[in-house]
Amino acid sequence: MKYVDEFRNLDAAKSIADKIRAITKHKWNIMEICGGQTHTIMKYNVEELLPPEINLIHGPGCPVCVTPLELIDKAINIASRADVIFTSFGDMLRVPGSKMDLLAVKAIGGNVKMVYSPLDAVKIAEQNPDKKVVFFAVGFETTAPANAMSVFEASKRGIKNYSILCSHVLVPPAIEALLSSKDNLIQGFLAAGHVCTVMGYEDYIPLSRRYKIPIVVTGFEPVDILQGIFMTVKQLEEKRFEVENQYSRVVTKQGNIAAKNLLNEIFDVVDRKWRGIGTIPKSGFGLKEKYAGYDAEKIFSLENIIVEESPLCIAGLVLQGLKKPMECSQFGKTCTPENPLGAPMVSSEGACAAYFHYGKR
Amino acid sequence: MCLAVPGKIVSIDESNPDLKMAKVNFGGVMKEICIQWLPDANVGEYVLAHVGFALNKIDEKDAEDTLKILREMGDLNEEEFKSESI
Repeated sequence: MKYVDEFRNLDAAKSIADKIRAITKHKWNIMEICGGQTHTIMKYNVEELLPPEINLIHGPGCPVCVTPLELIDKAINIASRADVIFTSFGDMLRVPGSKMDLLAVKAIGGNVKMVYSPLDAVKIAEQNPDKKVVFFAVGFETTAPANAMSVFEASKRGIKNYSILCSHVLVPPAIEALLSSKDNLIQGFLAAGHVCTVMGYEDYIPLSRRYKIPIVVTGFEPVDILQGIFMTVKQLEEKRFEVENQYSRVVTKQGNIAAKNLLNEIFDVVDRKWRGIGTIPKSGFGLKEKYAGYDAEKIFSLENIIVEESPLCIAGLVLQGLKKPMECSQFGKTCTPENPLGAPMVSSEGACAAYFHYGKR
Repeated sequence: MCLAVPGKIVSIDESNPDLKMAKVNFGGVMKEICIQWLPDANVGEYVLAHVGFALNKIDEKDAEDTLKILREMGDLNEEEFKSESI
């Protein structure tokens, strides 16, 4: 496929790896933020191509992983009601809540439907006026405009039986939370290319300056990731700290202005709880008061559901790069993708699941 | 979850002015994609799509420039970079 195959070329990957080896003089810890990039790194064995001085830390950019257990329980509570059709992207359906997952709700008669796009959920609401149709709106800035459009369309078309269970999270506040931690090890970031396709990269410039850290906007194919690492290492070795854009074929500095305008119309920036990390101030989107009629948490009065995470899970340490997945005593034993104790084992984009699937044990 | 896939616009439907749609070919699989946020998208251009929405057009020149840098880095064989268009 055009714009995919040429960025998966093994010879190209090897030659960039050679260049990385040639310029690397010191040890560097580099974090790829996005779970999609973690998945590529594991799938194509990118770490094997790197010199031993480069340590990749796998970041918290997996929305499935950072969605709090509490919100999964809220989704299960809503989906279990007889007057509800609960809609979601496929990867949220098998995330375990404290007692069951959404697929189990479906198995015992709940009306749970997987959709490809949030607009499909709006269509289901239009076709089922006697049901309350709820969409599980998770995701980073990449997915937020699509979910915002579903609320905008429902509102415009006067569809009153549609709502979203909203848990949107934002990348820059997570980077800031990691960098301001006293245990921080990270010296350079690969920023998530698709988040920046929507948002641009202006918000990363003050972060790079304040924390004196290189940030390279990077794509998702193995060749993209290696080039992003090359650009980051080059900055580190030259003692520079700038925001650079490896993924210029889709990312511009300003991002997609029409999509950002829609985000501003529908959402406010709010504090958000991250699974394994805790609450990060101003790190997510919530529906504006004007659209409160589309907020499933308010419609179903779920504010009182509070659930604690498993104390055995060290997800917070893994997501900050302080521990590797296999350094956890539960990894591959009591915690597997079939029975995950915590967030990064849940989705194939999570660091623990990626290590598990690709045999890094 | 932030997976986004490149595809080529085959046709455009502007009947809903707030929800401009396009038929997009992803390596042989056709899908209806919302292109509302790309006011200047045309048939034949490539877009990057995520959960039914085109996030941006793929800039052919920038993609070529990236590949050119890679070629210069590794003195790679031109043939290895050729890809079949869909």
